[in-house]
Amino acid sequence: MSDDNFYRPYGTDSTLSGCTCGQHASQQAHDAGAESARMARGQDAEALSRDFVEAAAIRALFPNDNARRRFLKAVGIGAAMAAINSLLPIQAMQAMAEDKPGALEKKNLKIGFIPINCATPLIMADPLGLYKAQGLNVTLQKTAGWALVRDNMLNGELDASHFLAPMPLTISLGLGSNAQPMRVASIQNTNGQAITLALKHKDNRDPRNWKGFKFAIPFEFSMHNFLLRYYLAEHGLDPDRDVQLRVTPPAEMIANLRAGNIDGFLGPDPFNQRAVYDEIGFIHILSKEIWDGHPCCSFGTSQKFIEENPNTFAALYRAILNAAATARDPANRTMIAQTISTPNYLNQPEIVIRQGLTGRFADGLGVVQDDPRRSDFDPMPWYSMATWMLTQLKRWGYIKGDMDFNGIAEQVFLMTDARRQMHELDMREASAEPLSGYKAFSVMGRPFDPTQPKAYLDGFAIKRA
Amino acid sequence: MKTLRFRAALLSLAMLAMLVLVWQMATLPVAKSAKVAMDEEYAVLMGKSVSSEQRKVSGFPTPVQFSTLAFKQLSDPFYDRGPNEKGIGIQLAYSLGRVAVGYLIALLVAIPLGFAIGMSPLLYRALDPFIQVLKPISPLAWMPIALYTIKDSSISAIFVIFICSVWPMLINTAFGVAAVRKDWLNVARTLEVSPLRKAFMVVLPAAAPTIITGMRISMGIAWLVIVAAEMLIGGTGIGYFVWNEWNNLSLSNVIFAVLMIGVMGMLLDLLFATLQKKVTYAE
Repeated sequence: MSDDNFYRPYGTDSTLSGCTCGQHASQQAHDAGAESARMARGQDAEALSRDFVEAAAIRALFPNDNARRRFLKAVGIGAAMAAINSLLPIQAMQAMAEDKPGALEKKNLKIGFIPINCATPLIMADPLGLYKAQGLNVTLQKTAGWALVRDNMLNGELDASHFLAPMPLTISLGLGSNAQPMRVASIQNTNGQAITLALKHKDNRDPRNWKGFKFAIPFEFSMHNFLLRYYLAEHGLDPDRDVQLRVTPPAEMIANLRAGNIDGFLGPDPFNQRAVYDEIGFIHILSKEIWDGHPCCSFGTSQKFIEENPNTFAALYRAILNAAATARDPANRTMIAQTISTPNYLNQPEIVIRQGLTGRFADGLGVVQDDPRRSDFDPMPWYSMATWMLTQLKRWGYIKGDMDFNGIAEQVFLMTDARRQMHELDMREASAEPLSGYKAFSVMGRPFDPTQPKAYLDGFAIKRA
Repeated sequence: MKTLRFRAALLSLAMLAMLVLVWQMATLPVAKSAKVAMDEEYAVLMGKSVSSEQRKVSGFPTPVQFSTLAFKQLSDPFYDRGPNEKGIGIQLAYSLGRVAVGYLIALLVAIPLGFAIGMSPLLYRALDPFIQVLKPISPLAWMPIALYTIKDSSISAIFVIFICSVWPMLINTAFGVAAVRKDWLNVARTLEVSPLRKAFMVVLPAAAPTIITGMRISMGIAWLVIVAAEMLIGGTGIGYFVWNEWNNLSLSNVIFAVLMIGVMGMLLDLLFATLQKKVTYAE
């Protein structure tokens, strides 16, 4: 025993019960020390960002401060922290909020695509070096069909993929597959589809006379299916009773049109133009005449991937948004057509792809048409687009029962993230109106109010539900 | 004998010449009766302009077009320009690799199991209904189940080859083993040969021709299956090559790939035919 003990238990002027931790002379000194440590932490931007996210998450969990205090007292701080951490991915949220460049969790990525014009942004990011610029090493995997895209995303073979815009919704809901949360990071393309009919129908352009027609669509959960059904129904045809809709891969749409097995299709470019080029069909209408600015395909990944690789996801986001900006500029379209027509990507004649992208095209009836808005690549994932898709899923009986359309839309379409990434990239679209994300639009002249999906559904004469 | 072979070869050549001739006749360019006046820009967009560098080559190829393409493909079979554009040689190698793995696993399962079934009438009867139900299932039907459970498209393709090629080997092995002449087994019994020795020295050589026949049929099936499987899973392989060219509606390339598949299948079959000759015996 000696008298050099740190706490000086044998000193006559020392206090052994000075403060709660025992390291300070008095409770006041203890509080001052804790406060100065807290302030020092407040100076550190990264730590502050992490603390803010955590506090905000806890505040969201316990909106009432008294309830929070009672909970903490009841279970103890350590147990409470462990319990909350197991519920909320706080670390992932903190990393997402910081969003600092570098520190990529995963550099080698496999991204799936279907060889159609819609995939332009995610393809172009490769030859333009936009993935590389973000430190990503991306392998673009040409995939044989939408069902395979779905399966390879579900089993994790692909890290992210080109989707049909409704697919992340239906996969998240478990329609046609196991439910797994999928997210839409951005819309790949807007417009750019068409209704193509066999040449023998060139004098039969009124849909009211199309009873008994056979149409091909690329997938059940596609905008193609919804738009074609909508178009037919607006002309008084019941798409389930008066015509036949067949799910057919695009290349086979051409073969079937040639063989006379189908009368037409609502399909993706370049296959509409390909039918014209091969002199077997003509373009009846562009899909923009049904809904100008409609989404078609999306770029997305699973919620799991986002949580596990927040920095990689952000880097990927930036690459895709930059590519979309390049693709939107009409001046780049000819260059894009040359690049994506190569065997490694779409493997199609360049002139066919160019017509779809520039909007100056042969319509198959001997006229050169000019419509610069034939295809566009607006990346903003508006919530209202998702709401509309859900109304159509309900309308045609794919969804049974009631559900909160807008709640699902906000879960699956990552519009807030898109805006934040656009803001980081100094894109003016970042603050595109309306800020709520519920952009109103009209489809074939019928206005869609995203806040009233039920009323919208009730307005249709032809529907299943 | 020699003259017969010579005459057969001559006949084959004549048939080939006939085929090419019919092909040539069928793909003769149709003479457009009246040239429709067409806007120059429209003609360019349709790939029909004489002056444009982008002239359309589609539809069924003529023999000359086809041989030019085949020559081009065969003169550089191993190019690799990115994940979605590889030469025909590399694609065939991928397919052969998958077939080899799936077939080998099928062999390792079918031969021992076939032996067991062939030796035991009880097992034979017990397993027969399962075999009969599983045997006629198409590879395309297996694919979704495999993709769903295995969660890896490449392994799924191998599994489908395995599950489709295992049956002929299994059945033939069982049949061959069960049909070994009783006299020979009795001789073995009289000489008090150990069961293992009996299996390898008596049953195996006796059943070998039937087993090899089963293996030959299985190889043919495995090669049939790989094309279908790769068309579904995509990525690499000769099946993917067909799908990719079909997506471009390039019939020349599809025909070329079909020819390659046929030649490769013939080579594999020849391999087993030689093997079969080696083990055949005269009683």
